[in-house]
Amino acid sequence: MINRLILPAVAAASLAGVAFAALSLTGAGATFPYPMYSKWFNEYNKLHPDIQINYQSRGSGAGIQQVTEGTVDFGASDGPMNDKQLATFKDKRGCEALHFPTVLGADVPTYNIPGVTADLNFTPAALAGIYLGKITKWNDPEIAKANPKVKLPSSDIVVVHRAEASGTTYIWVDYLSKVSPEWKEKVGVAAAVNWPTGLGGQGNEGVSGQVKQTEYAIGYVELIYAIQTKMPYGNVQNSSGNFVKADLASVTAAAAGAATNMPADFRVSITNAPGKNAYPISSFTWLLIPSHIADANKKKAILDFLHWMLGPGQKMTAALSYAELPKQVIAQEEKAISKIQ
Amino acid sequence: MNRSLKVRLFVNYLMLGLTGLCTLITLSALFFILGYLVAHGIGSLNWSFFTRLPAPVGEAGGGMANAIVGSGKALLLATLIGIPIGFLGGVYLAEYGNPAASFVIRYVTDLLNGVPSIIIGVVVWGLVVQRMGHFSTFAGGVALGIMMIPISVRSTEEFLHAVPHSLREAASALGAPKWKGLVTVVVPAAIRGIISGTMLDLARVAGETAPLLFTALGNQFWSNGWNEPTATLPVMIYTYAISAYDDWHRQAWAAGFVLLTVVLMVNIIARMTMARGIHIPR
Amino acid sequence: MATTPVVNEGALPPGRAQSFVRRLQAGEELAYLVTATAAATIFLITALILYELFSQSAVSRHTLGWSFLFTSTWDPVAGNFGALPFIYGTVVTSVLALLIAIPLGVGAAIFLAEMAPMGISNALTFLIELLAAVPSVIYGLLGIFVLIPILQRSVVPALKSVLGGLPIFHGTFYGVSVFSAGIVLAVMIVPFIISVSREVLLSVPNDQREGSLALGSTKWQTTWKVVVPFASTGITGSIFLALARALGETMAVTMVIGNTPQIKASLLAPGNSIASVIASQFAEATGDLYVSSLIELGLVLFGVTFVLNGLARIMIMTTGRKGAH
Repeated sequence: MINRLILPAVAAASLAGVAFAALSLTGAGATFPYPMYSKWFNEYNKLHPDIQINYQSRGSGAGIQQVTEGTVDFGASDGPMNDKQLATFKDKRGCEALHFPTVLGADVPTYNIPGVTADLNFTPAALAGIYLGKITKWNDPEIAKANPKVKLPSSDIVVVHRAEASGTTYIWVDYLSKVSPEWKEKVGVAAAVNWPTGLGGQGNEGVSGQVKQTEYAIGYVELIYAIQTKMPYGNVQNSSGNFVKADLASVTAAAAGAATNMPADFRVSITNAPGKNAYPISSFTWLLIPSHIADANKKKAILDFLHWMLGPGQKMTAALSYAELPKQVIAQEEKAISKIQ
Repeated sequence: MNRSLKVRLFVNYLMLGLTGLCTLITLSALFFILGYLVAHGIGSLNWSFFTRLPAPVGEAGGGMANAIVGSGKALLLATLIGIPIGFLGGVYLAEYGNPAASFVIRYVTDLLNGVPSIIIGVVVWGLVVQRMGHFSTFAGGVALGIMMIPISVRSTEEFLHAVPHSLREAASALGAPKWKGLVTVVVPAAIRGIISGTMLDLARVAGETAPLLFTALGNQFWSNGWNEPTATLPVMIYTYAISAYDDWHRQAWAAGFVLLTVVLMVNIIARMTMARGIHIPR
Repeated sequence: MATTPVVNEGALPPGRAQSFVRRLQAGEELAYLVTATAAATIFLITALILYELFSQSAVSRHTLGWSFLFTSTWDPVAGNFGALPFIYGTVVTSVLALLIAIPLGVGAAIFLAEMAPMGISNALTFLIELLAAVPSVIYGLLGIFVLIPILQRSVVPALKSVLGGLPIFHGTFYGVSVFSAGIVLAVMIVPFIISVSREVLLSVPNDQREGSLALGSTKWQTTWKVVVPFASTGITGSIFLALARALGETMAVTMVIGNTPQIKASLLAPGNSIASVIASQFAEATGDLYVSSLIELGLVLFGVTFVLNGLARIMIMTTGRKGAH
């Protein structure tokens, strides 16, 4: 009977896995850098076939929660842990949570407007108004005045945001709080907020999927998601008044100030950064690593990976439209790696 | 009189038609689902789907080999956990239990059956994942195993009850103690039904996604042994379906087709086996 | 069932035969112990689940109290959690599903039990029960890529042109909505209603039918006025069972409901259900109150399905007993 064959077959398959037993690490967290991390861990595994770094993208909130609970070896988040979360981590794990920036990325406003393929210009007031639910139509004057050459429809705007706790959200609302006092007061800054309006998508993948499926929708996603799914994304007006498109140059420009002024724990916000070419919704993204790792093999693997990430890894970022870390930050991080005991 | 008869006959045939229509609508849903999955799924099935690991995000050409094996391992563990407990519990209810204890156990089994699958996932996360300190195939197997128990209990009890008492009496008339009578006569008589019930149970649990989200997590590599997170077919379908990548959508259809085919095949075989009734060994 | 040995120990010759009997007894004791342990394990597992749900939701139960059930904000930033939008979404999608599934399901069950010849009835029921075996995530897959586009392109515009004035069909339709979730749920629960109702109808004793036919009724009159009322309790039980299933349904609903915690009169608006919010937010919830609130939602859901399942069982059993006279 087939039943008799299944058991030995599956047993063999699972044993086969054990025979090639690699060192396996598990990380979970941000969807923002997921395309980069999945490429990195894939490449790293090709270089070191005995080390498997399994990264599951669930959202920055998951990264913070699971690494605090100790159910994953490292977390990842684009919103740095706040003081309360750091204290909780110290309580539960008995050591510090260290932040290691990996790449620079950008939140872009992506949209699906039938008939409009141009890059729309968005003012800070437009973005805040749309997400506050006060600007409801695409041909609203606030949007139209920045896009005189584009014929905008009178249709309702379908707002899409993240359903779960997300670092991508953190970056977005951090920016909105800086440019809109109303947003700061009504909604605030966190990885999960009480959205005034809109539909929820699961992860960057879900938001881009939702926008792609829904006409007249707008959503915020990490740059690479808009590029890979071939969706149009808009230019955002920065603090100097220029409408800037997110790309390697503009994101790197946004980090210029932080590069020279990076705090010791690497927790910094670079949204709405000064600079005429800076893209205003840029951000670092971090790996969250406990300062004490009991398993010597795992510790070595993580240290090796971090060094590789700061070296050859940085050369792979451009292909996926993430910007490299500034040289000063890399130097600072190389020294910080020694904090992992 | 005649007119009343005509009206009643008209209504009779009208309702025959309407109720038949209801049946037809329901059936067409089944054929529509099957048809759609075949149409979209078959085209996306290729060798790499079954043999390759997922590719990095955005790159085409990956497969779900690790998810298929992962699902297999989790289901194997689930069966090893759920079926013995379910079967033995069913034997207890059918053969050994006293009325009070049986009432409590049946009640509790119904309760367990009613627990939404997402809650089982949450509870197993707290009991297994958090305590062990990592996600694992084991935790996924435990969650699925717990879900298998109530159906196994109920089907075992039902098929044991259906065995005529004359068989039990004949066994004890020959001097066999009760347990021996069970093992050699009663259970073999009910075995076909019990196995079918197990297969249906397995098929139902094979498609469960929610309990695996917080227990087995996921893995883009091969999962080694039982203590590592693993990719599973239903979770991959969910993740890929809600994304915006066309290649991932393609793979979700293929995986859906594979999953549905396996589930329906097992269901058909199990139900046809059950339909043949109780097998009395000669 | 007694656990006494087959033979009376005193009646046997002593020595070897006695130890043999003792071994037999031991076998019997062992068998009882093994099966009883399994039964006790089931009890323990269920008790453990309940305990976990209670203890892990303690923080939010104590902090937010009963008002948790009546608050409609879900604000992780301010630590303000309310279950109302999710209870609303769960209830509305399930009620919508029932409104569609009950006429379809009971109608089909009547056809299969009373009107169709036995061979066809068995074959069709076999196929319909296969529908119940389709995994939830596959319904979700079809919901996203097939149902929603159909709704967007044909069904909803038609609905709005006729009934657009009603508040339940008010507003823009984005595809993901309470309406879509209700329809998917309806397809998922119809097989349960059909399967159980058909069995319940078949269990109605034939003398009831014969008596009615002897008085000159048509088949339909017999069915509608005699058989169905007789089986009504069982049919209601099947509806309760289907409802319990609909309330706990997770994946298919999460994929089409829109993940928006809000309470709107319109069915076309996106919403959220208890099972979906747990599925999307549990792994990411940071902070004890957030996690605890999600688990408390789980407790609420569990409580409701528990009550419904209990009622359903009683109702189905009652019809069974009526039929047995």
